[in-house]
Order: sequence, then C-alpha cells, then structure tokens
Amino acid sequence: MVDLVMLFTIFVLAIFIGFEIITKVPPTLHTPLMSGSNAISGITMVGALVSAGAGAGWWATSLGFFALVLATVNAVGGFVVSNRMLQMFRRKD
Amino acid sequence: MEGSSIQNLAYLLASVLFILGIKGLTHPRTAVRGNLTSALAMLLAVVATLAFSHIISWPWIITGLVLGSVIGTVMAVKVPMTGMPQMVAIFNGFGGAASFFVAGAELYRALHTGEATTQPASEAVVQAGLQTQFALATAAAGLIGAVTLLGSFVAYAKLAEFSITLKPKNEGDKPRKIWLSNALLVPGRHVINAALAIICIALFVFVATSDSPQLNYWLLVAVAAILGVMITIPIGGADMPVVIALLNSYSGLAACATGFVINNNVLIIAGSLVGASGLILTAIMCKAMNRSLVNVIFATLGGGSDAPSADDVYAGKVKQTSAEEIAMLFDTAQRVVIVPGYGMAVSQAQHAVRELANLLEERDITVEFGIHPVAGRMPGHMNVLLAEANIDYDKLLEMDVINSTLETVDVCLVIGANDVVNPVAREEGSAISGMPIIDVDKCRTVVVIKRSLSPGFAGIPNPLFAADNCLMFFNDGKKAFTELIEAVKEG
Repeated sequence: MVDLVMLFTIFVLAIFIGFEIITKVPPTLHTPLMSGSNAISGITMVGALVSAGAGAGWWATSLGFFALVLATVNAVGGFVVSNRMLQMFRRKD
Repeated sequence: MEGSSIQNLAYLLASVLFILGIKGLTHPRTAVRGNLTSALAMLLAVVATLAFSHIISWPWIITGLVLGSVIGTVMAVKVPMTGMPQMVAIFNGFGGAASFFVAGAELYRALHTGEATTQPASEAVVQAGLQTQFALATAAAGLIGAVTLLGSFVAYAKLAEFSITLKPKNEGDKPRKIWLSNALLVPGRHVINAALAIICIALFVFVATSDSPQLNYWLLVAVAAILGVMITIPIGGADMPVVIALLNSYSGLAACATGFVINNNVLIIAGSLVGASGLILTAIMCKAMNRSLVNVIFATLGGGSDAPSADDVYAGKVKQTSAEEIAMLFDTAQRVVIVPGYGMAVSQAQHAVRELANLLEERDITVEFGIHPVAGRMPGHMNVLLAEANIDYDKLLEMDVINSTLETVDVCLVIGANDVVNPVAREEGSAISGMPIIDVDKCRTVVVIKRSLSPGFAGIPNPLFAADNCLMFFNDGKKAFTELIEAVKEG
C-alpha cells in the first residue's frame, strides 16, 4: 500500500508538471509536440526490456519481444519524425 | 551504492530530461534541442535498464532494439509531411500495444516465477492471488493499451482515406463505396458500447480476483480492442484532430499504467507528461469547435435543423473570378492574408502557396497566414505544411491575432477551408453556432479557392460565398495557385 501511495503521488505531481509546461507550447508547434510526446510514450521500452530479457519462459519472452519492437518503433520513429519537422521551423537566416 | 539505487537515480535524471525536453518545445528556437533532450533521456533510461536489470536473453533484446530502430527510422524518414496525421496515429497505436504486451508478460511472470518486479517470490503471495495494485495496474494497462491500439488503427484508416467497396445486392447495381473517413454510425451503437464497457469492468475485476487471471486478462484485451474500434468508427473526418489528441493521451496513460505494473517511476512520469499533453490538446481542439468532448465522442453534431437550403443562400449571388482578375486585385493591395484548410493538404498546394507569397512580398505586399486551430486533420497540421514549404513561423498567426486585424486586409485568400470561415457560426441556431471562426468576411475582398460550392463537414451552406465582397475561384488548390503565380508574373 505504501508503494502504491508513493507511485500515485509521483503520478499526480507529474500530471501537474505536464499541464504547466504544455499549456505554454504555441499552436504552431502542436504537431511536433504530439509526435514528440508520442515518442516519449515509447518509454514502455524499459518495461519491455525487462519482460523480454528476464528469461522467464518463451511466452513472457515473446510478449516482451513484441512489446520491445513496437515500443522501439514508437520511440525512435517518433523522435526522428519530430526532428524532421522541427528542423523546418528553424529560422531561415 | 547498490545497482538498483544507481538505476533509480538514472531514471530520475531521465525524468528530468524528459521535462526539460518538453519545455524546449515551448519555442521554435529551442524545440530541436528539446526533442534531442527527450531522445537522450530515452537512451539513458534504456541503458540504465540494460546495465542494472537482470537480463539473460541478450539475442532477443538486441534483435528487438535493432529491428524497432530500423523500422521506426525508415517510417519516419520516408513519410511525406502530408502523411503526418496517419503516422502519428500509427505510432500511438504501437505505444498502446507495447503496454498491453508488457503487462501480459509481467502477469505471466508473476504467476509462474513469482519474480515480477512487484512480487516478492513467496508462495504465499501466489496462493493468495495477485497483489491488488499489480492486478489492477495490469488490467488498466491491458484496457487502455488495447483501446489505443485499435482506436489508432481505425483513425489511421480514416486519415489514409481507406474505403470499402460493397458488392451490389442485385446484379447490375453499382457497387457501393463506403469511405471510412465518414462518420459511420452503427445502429444501436450506444447500447453495444455500454455492454462492452460493462464487460470490460467485469473482466477488470476478474483479473484481480479470479483463479485464472491470464485468461481474463486476454479476454479484457480482446473486448477493449472491440471497444476501441466502436468508439472511433463513428467519428467523422473533421473531428479527427480531437481523436488524434485523445489517443495521444491514452498512449501516455497506458505507459503510465505499465509503470504501476512494474513499479517504475520513469514510466509513470513520462507517461503522465504524455497523458497531460494529449488532454490539453484535446481540450484546445474541442474549444476551437465549440463542442464538448462527450459530444465529439458520441458523434452527435449540434442541432440547427432550420438551416436554409443551399439554393436560398447562393441563388444568383455567387460571383466567379479568374486568376487574372485576382492578380489585378494584388496590384493595389498592401496586405494579403491566406487562410488554409484541409483542402490545401489534399492538393499539396503548400509550395505553390509559398511561391505566390514570395512573389507578393517582392512587390512590397505584406503576406500573413491565419491558422484556425482545427484546420486540417490534427493539431498544428497547417503549420507543419507551411513550415515544410519554408514559410517563417512568425507569419503563421493564430486565429485571435489575425481576427483583430482583418479590417485592414485588402485581399484574403481562403484555400480549401469552409466551416472555419463560415459567418453563420456567429449567429444562433445553426450546427456550428458559437464555434470560433476566422472572420474573413471583414476583409475588403475575400477570394475563396474551392472546387465547388459543396458544404464542409458541418453540411451547411456558407453565406460567405454569396457575400458582396467575396469572389469564388473554382479550382483545385494547387492548380489555382500555379495559375495565380503565372498571372501575377505576367501582370
């Protein structure tokens, strides 16, 4: 129970930080914000690495492997595509 | 210091870098660096996991990382800017899927080895059933993840303009084509969705309490997947920005739930940031359409049955124009504003638009762009296309900013936009009443570039087209601008 309350505290505080920063993002950058934050949700990679790497039988390893591939596509693809877009917003001088 | 402490400190540093990374996105000047900071944070989190977690199956890990990176990079490099909404949709889906796969794997590990991160390896725990937190978090990750995956796939199909051709019932009839991008209203969908939601809740409880949590978990994933399809399919094209933003939020919350499954702070923090970001964008999009989220999700467009017919609005009042005539308008103009809509994306006109803007600027005409928040198919869609065409972001003005100066605009070019410039929104009793619009009718002359008088998504005629100061240039967006460029050069 102590663990849960601790994790929940972090969750609520992180949501507040998120609201505070993201309301300051200008509409011009809303698409890169989406693709960039989308890439951050690829953080599930961390969970996938543990699931795929722990050697806990073929079933858990396969599920972990699928998760790892998908989360990596999500993260790497998301960052690369955001970078492509943001480069275009650089001042042209 | 113990390995796990170093790992947690590394996760803390990664969380801070994620926050700084998103903070970088608050200005175009710092945005590239911000994105790289987030990517660095991800790398750090991955390295910390590999270094300090108990990893045995290295070949799987390396294969997965390489495969994922290659696929992700190829997709990201090859996608054209106009395909960006689909791309974001599909990545969202992958994030959701990863979450329910991880939760499924951890559930198996908890039951079979007692080794899952939250589980002390004691038989007592396994016998007493799963820890409540672990079970509920697993169920939540499965539920949100599956809804995100299938919801995103449907959104992808809608954005990519997929269609289904139905075989005709009688021979000789024409085959019927159904565009997925339309609002597809399944009869009795509210009842079906309510039933699916109740089943989900029941399975949610069963994952935590029954003897066969795994079976119930995968059933939950399956039912949630159907629910994901059902809640996305009735949503029409113009509401896509809301859906994309909402699914973005879900993918973050799914990662968050996975964080609760494996007791990991960095997942919870990163996931919450994404969840918050998606929610804010959803709220902005809803506000820009003057619709509530419930209203969008249940796919009910506002009332207004007393809308006048197109004939009454347009009859004898619509004035057509040509490229040459518009070029003459530019001769005396000092300020020109361009208002783009989804039509610009469809006809890929952004480069032609830029070329015309440059030409006009050479003639000392001020050119600016007025961007409605829901123009296009996702938040910020128009801005990305115009930035791709090398237009400085300083010239892309938000709706409120441009509206305050429209009286002094000589010529306004509306390309491929309709509902977001419909003055009916300022009056009571129509389907779009109360929706904030760009008041282009206040400009001295408005030129609307559009293929026909067909209505926008709201399905109502636009009295702007019949206004005294409005000229219609019936043409494809890109062709229209190419002709305009020719006419200006010759003139």
